[in-house]
Amino acid sequence: MTVASIPKTQLLNIENLAVEFRTRSGIVKALDQVSFSVAAGETVGLVGESGSGKSVLSLAILGILDAAAQITAGTIAFEGDNLLTMPRSQLRAKRGTGIAMIFQNPRVALNPIRRIGQQLRDVLIAHGGLTKAQCQTRALELLTQVRIPDPHQRINAYPYELSGGMCQRVMIALALAGRPKVLIADEPTTGLDVTTQAAVMELIRDLGREGQMGTILITHDLDLAAQYCDRILVMHAGHIVETAPTRLILTQPRHPYTAKLLAATPDPHKRLDELTPIAGHLPDLRGTLPPCRFQSRCDRAIPDCDRAPLKRQAIAPDHTVACWHPLPLSSGVES
Amino acid sequence: MISLDPPPLLSVDHLRKYFPTARRSFLNRDAAPRLLHAVDDVSFTLEAGESVGLVGESGCGKSTLVRLLTRLLDPTSGEIRFEGREIGAIAAPKFARHPLRSQLQLVFQDPHDSLNPRHTAFDSIAAPLKQLGGFQASPLLTARIEELAELVGLPAALLSRFPHQLSGGQKARVGIARAIALHPKLLILDEPTSALDVSVQAVILHLLQDLQARLGMSYLFVSHDLNVVRLLCDRIIVMYLGQIIEMGPTDAIFDNPRHPYTQALIAAIPDPGTPPQPLQLQGEPRSPIDPDPQVCRLYGRCPHGVEACTTTTPHLEPMGPDHVAACHRADVLNPAQLR
Repeated sequence: MTVASIPKTQLLNIENLAVEFRTRSGIVKALDQVSFSVAAGETVGLVGESGSGKSVLSLAILGILDAAAQITAGTIAFEGDNLLTMPRSQLRAKRGTGIAMIFQNPRVALNPIRRIGQQLRDVLIAHGGLTKAQCQTRALELLTQVRIPDPHQRINAYPYELSGGMCQRVMIALALAGRPKVLIADEPTTGLDVTTQAAVMELIRDLGREGQMGTILITHDLDLAAQYCDRILVMHAGHIVETAPTRLILTQPRHPYTAKLLAATPDPHKRLDELTPIAGHLPDLRGTLPPCRFQSRCDRAIPDCDRAPLKRQAIAPDHTVACWHPLPLSSGVES
Repeated sequence: MISLDPPPLLSVDHLRKYFPTARRSFLNRDAAPRLLHAVDDVSFTLEAGESVGLVGESGCGKSTLVRLLTRLLDPTSGEIRFEGREIGAIAAPKFARHPLRSQLQLVFQDPHDSLNPRHTAFDSIAAPLKQLGGFQASPLLTARIEELAELVGLPAALLSRFPHQLSGGQKARVGIARAIALHPKLLILDEPTSALDVSVQAVILHLLQDLQARLGMSYLFVSHDLNVVRLLCDRIIVMYLGQIIEMGPTDAIFDNPRHPYTQALIAAIPDPGTPPQPLQLQGEPRSPIDPDPQVCRLYGRCPHGVEACTTTTPHLEPMGPDHVAACHRADVLNPAQLR
């Protein structure tokens, strides 16, 4: 199936995606009405608390969701082709070469008993078309590309012999092996030091620019997303509640959740008493849910909030919000 | 003349911990084993009621220092004094039942991994009370645990739950509740929020601040994130490869960092207001195994290294009130260029 209306530069286009998990205690509506697109060379930040559906979304894009999950609505189009209706063999070919992923914890994601060179060669062989000698050259090239010092020696190292930052670079090299057009980075710097975090994020950004890749950065750290992303999508309980260019999200958040997330994020100019936790918990995603899933935690809730359907509306150019009672324009960042 | 001031709550003097890395070579039995200098000549003090942050990247010896202070590891040399009493010489296995053990408690890094999966929240909080507090299973114990749960904001209904039935924030509260169960004077927090979401992190940081005000504990807050440490601490100690390289009041460290490593740490904090700072440190840290005693440990990574850095190791020199840093070039470096 071809989706005709997508402009050529949009690499990935997700439309109205819904994912449900069947569990013993009922159906969990993990994602609902998720729509967004990623263009070539663009870095999009996907921000939200844990449990908001960020990782489920990335797994859905790659088609590697758990067996209990079911995509109940929507399309995921990569370069115009719907990945959801594509035969499995074709989808498999897209993974790694079309869309690749950097997994959360490099120490867990790497095979502990295989040298990193072997793991790189595995991936290169799976993508096909290279001889053994070519694989070796390409593996070295990749390690150089992710700025691993002394690649000739490190190619024979086991993951435990490398530091966390180096392991993450190897993960990035594995993701880049198929020369993907879209790179999904799921919390790529969790557990890394701030200095290493900066190095890894700069590497991802530079590689994205060099290769004109579309990058999706998944994180719960708004500050980090703000530094490296062109655009930010804010997720809450399976909904994308706000999307805007980074600067707008930071200075003019319109969804109450975005404002609260900003208020809870430490930044170098904030004191502890200026750090406001978000009240309440993510709602239980089983059973019937109100149109706005933030309603129970929101201090701006009005009777209108029960009105369905709640869709994300453009309230300014490039700025969409799913809220019946958005923050006024002038309010800025809540402190 | 004997000083009338009470001794500091914790004072650490020339503390060292070296780990032998490999067995001696078969051919060269007389060769000395290679030593990993995890903690190398560390001295500092911590006053009662004070919060001190301990910052550094992974592998810098923070965790080894914490394990030495909590007496889970025996030091190679040096002294650890708690309220003037030497505890460094007590063997680690003996310290587990030592009366001072209850005064010095630890909140572990990962609230999930550090709770016994087969113990309910109640059992986890009860363990230190039974082990060191002389409590028996009794209504008194139950009352104390419920009081602690209330203190850390854990609903009493959750006490019968197992760790897998609790959220990350709730598990963090259990970890804190059992650490404060015996009214410790010093609470060592090892990356207490690194596994948590920003919003939960804010809750836990507020809780820690509130507990300190109520119970008057001292904190040693260990983290790699200066941005979080800054929120809770009066003073900051920066470690690099086993040594303290800078130490001073939080404001001084932030506004006027003198060591290039501290400057790099501060520059690496994501700040949405400014574009990313170019990374200041190059490459990987030097090896901590048998480091050259004459070379500054940051040399090679440091953008300001000069000849002198390879011939003499810098020592901590006063930089301002209460503020010390170990760098030959501290006078030349102008921190105002940073921000």
